[in-house]
Amino acid sequence: MYHKFDVVIVGSGGAGLMAAMQLPNASVAVLTKVYPTRSHTGAAQGGVAAALGNREEDHWKWHMYDTVKGGDYLVDQPAAEILTRDAIDAVYELEHRGLPFNRTEDGLIDQRFFGGHTRNYGEGPVRRSCYAADRTGHMILQTMYQSSIKNEVRYFNEFLVLDLLINEGQACGVVALEIKTGEIHTFHGKAILFATGGYGRAWRVTSNAFACMGDGMSIAYRRGIPLQDMEMYQFHPTGIYKVGVLLSEAARGEGGKLLNGKGEYFMERYMPTLKDLAPRDIVSRCIVQEIKDGNGIDGKDYVYLDVRHLGAEKIAEKLPDITDFARNYLGVEPITEPVPIQPTAHYAMGGIPTDIDARVVLDSQWTPMPGFYAAGEVACVSVHGANRLGTNSLVDLIVFGRRAGKHMAKFIEETSHVPLPANHEEFSREYVDRLYSSTGGESAAHIRSELQNEMIDNVFVERTDEGLRHALDKIADLQEAYKKVQLQDKGKRFNTEMMEAIELGFLLDCSEATIHGALARTESRGAHFRLDYQKRDDVNWLKHTLAYRGTKAHDVRLDYKDVILIDDPIFKPKERKY
Amino acid sequence: MNILIRIKRFDPERDSKPYWDEFRVEADPIDRLLDTLNTIKWTMDGTLTFRRSCAHGVCGSDAMRINGRNRLACKVLMRDVGNKVTIEPMLGYAVIKDLVVDMDRFFEKYRSVKPFLITYDNEPGTERLQSQAQREVYDEGTKCILCGACTGSCPSIWGNPDWVGPASIVNAHRFIFDSRDQGAAERLQLLSRKDGVWRCRTIFNCADACPRGIPVTDLIEQVKRAIVYGGPEEA
Ligand SMILES: Cc1cc2nc3c(=O)[nH]c(=O)nc-3n(C[C@H](O)[C@H](O)[C@H](O)COP(=O)(O)OP(=O)(O)OC[C@H]3O[C@@H](n4cnc5c(N)ncnc54)[C@H](O)[C@@H]3O)c2cc1C
Ligand code: SF4
Ligand code: FES
Repeated sequence: MYHKFDVVIVGSGGAGLMAAMQLPNASVAVLTKVYPTRSHTGAAQGGVAAALGNREEDHWKWHMYDTVKGGDYLVDQPAAEILTRDAIDAVYELEHRGLPFNRTEDGLIDQRFFGGHTRNYGEGPVRRSCYAADRTGHMILQTMYQSSIKNEVRYFNEFLVLDLLINEGQACGVVALEIKTGEIHTFHGKAILFATGGYGRAWRVTSNAFACMGDGMSIAYRRGIPLQDMEMYQFHPTGIYKVGVLLSEAARGEGGKLLNGKGEYFMERYMPTLKDLAPRDIVSRCIVQEIKDGNGIDGKDYVYLDVRHLGAEKIAEKLPDITDFARNYLGVEPITEPVPIQPTAHYAMGGIPTDIDARVVLDSQWTPMPGFYAAGEVACVSVHGANRLGTNSLVDLIVFGRRAGKHMAKFIEETSHVPLPANHEEFSREYVDRLYSSTGGESAAHIRSELQNEMIDNVFVERTDEGLRHALDKIADLQEAYKKVQLQDKGKRFNTEMMEAIELGFLLDCSEATIHGALARTESRGAHFRLDYQKRDDVNWLKHTLAYRGTKAHDVRLDYKDVILIDDPIFKPKERKY
Repeated sequence: MNILIRIKRFDPERDSKPYWDEFRVEADPIDRLLDTLNTIKWTMDGTLTFRRSCAHGVCGSDAMRINGRNRLACKVLMRDVGNKVTIEPMLGYAVIKDLVVDMDRFFEKYRSVKPFLITYDNEPGTERLQSQAQREVYDEGTKCILCGACTGSCPSIWGNPDWVGPASIVNAHRFIFDSRDQGAAERLQLLSRKDGVWRCRTIFNCADACPRGIPVTDLIEQVKRAIVYGGPEEA
């Protein structure tokens, strides 16, 4: 079936919805593979950063400094300036749309501590995270969805996008599978926005939803668009042991501490100033180090998050959801017992390269592809560099989602629809038909679990040349096996087995680009830590990776793009200490 | 532990009517029921169909009828279900396939109560003020994840498919009692109609079903009172 709109937005998380809000006078379709309110933004707990200064003095420039330093200087600094300046208005906009923020005694938006956010360029922690209990993402998603009802945005729920259409060098549409019917649809647009989120499901232990399969990144990558800095993947320190479900950094923001098997609050030893509120890459590495030193609980591969000293009342008021998770999934009572945790795959700093208007760029020369936009976790602007600070993703969604929407609003005024390319549904139809008719005997679930284990074993917090090469060979094998995936469900109607098989293909692509970037980058920076190259190397590696897809796993092409610095001594790369 | 799982299956493409299917699975006591459904799908029967996303009770995808009560499969642990579990799609919704029900009607009703902030003043340059006490009054309703468990457990819905249902009222409450909102009168008028709050018979199934612990019936009662007294009580 054919549909024509001015703007086609893929994804209804915070980024997609924020963009949709900016287009009151355009015809807009929002496509989403889950109902909008099921998007993964709803899982975000801790908060959204903005230097409002409601609790104590704060400035956007301090926030910018933290963002740049937190990202281990792989951040494009002009983008970080936009992020932290616009954050303030963006948070007010959320409040005006009805977001139920917690309040101070004076009725202002309340703010709390979060990892890596400091006052006066690193002096000590600052209260910058605006929050709604520990369900800030849920409230952002609900509020945006509610606003969109008021604005009568047109939704296509449970539509799985399979392909991006490009003609005359311009993005002009997408092809999607309607899950309920198995029907293929084409959406023709002047501007296309990808806001499809991350790919945490590539790892066995993850905080990410089943839906986080790297769809948008892979679809773009298959169409020749590079993926940037994919080796920069964040492992959050406090996932529930074995399950991976996140216990928000808010727990440490409110005063929670990490405890090892010897009964020691060990972060004090590693990071004397920020302690448990050091950035995530550092805390995750400290946990892994403690475990290697035999300081895990009972010598095992986990440590504790301890919030007992906060007291029952504060825990109930400020951390209700995460207390519930600990009780539910571990049978642990955080008020009286410490909670077993381990690092969990959490956030993609990398993604589809974009400029500050969320336009997708194709190469190291910043050449934009007209009509194609990306925002949110799927994109890499890059404001998070090599390591994202907590609460900086939600800001990214609203700031760059909004900029994407505003830019598209202008763009569609100036252009008309580019015709669709010939046989535009061919790729998607063949892909789906092949899965229906395959008799290769391979199981998608099995391949996926092999991938997830390999990524945990060799592409996790610590990396080595040998391990990464092993992972690359493994991916190549899995990609071969993937061609033989066979389905049991041959039906058209709500075929989730088909959906999972398609998503596995996305996940394999994202993993491939991640490993290539990691293998080439012979330094340690932010979340990318190489045991065989433990130092940051600004002379050779202060640059962004661009990975272009080849015909198979081993022949990905890499290129590099300069990091944009601004002329201000404060932001000059230096050693990162907390 | 070894568990017998009975699942009500129905694929309109294939089956003339619903039937019961059985699986025997090994599970860890602290596995989620959702993990067990995945084990079945991934290793035994790829055609088994259900929705899921977040896997930890915050997205609202996997509400289903588990041993006779609406629950999220990702919040139920195997140790809590006994050695025999019966799983069905939620009542009160049309079945699309197996455990997947049609949520379009549910979301339509939700949208019908104007679940968004209505204001007529100019926006201030910074945030609107709201006291902690004012914020507290509508806190419960903000937890709703629109899973549909309450609505699907309500005998009034089974009898009257047109009834707006508890989830919509919870979300109307969330705005009616928000001190920043100026649309209470419009919503109360909508909810005072034939298919509004008065079809609620205070059966409490909804509050029992809610995975977010929202006191659904109490909130409905507060809305009824607001209609009778011509507006929400001040905080
Ligand atoms: C547990 C958890 C807690 C977090 N807490 C915080 C926090 O406190 N603060 C913070 O700043 N960040 C936090 N984050 C990170 C942040 O929540 C995410 O990075 C962010 O929400 C991503 O939003 P998004 O809009 O980019 O994508 P998502 O919200 O993931 O939405 C993706 C959308 O794309 C759609 N989609 C994807 N693929 C397709 C396809 N093929 N076809 C059609 N539609 C598709 C989906 O249906 C969905 O609507 C947290 C993350 C996790 C996992
Ligand atoms: S009120 Fe509770 S049961 Fe009803 S839809 Fe909301 S979260 Fe689900
Ligand atoms: S899968 Fe999200 S609520 Fe259960």
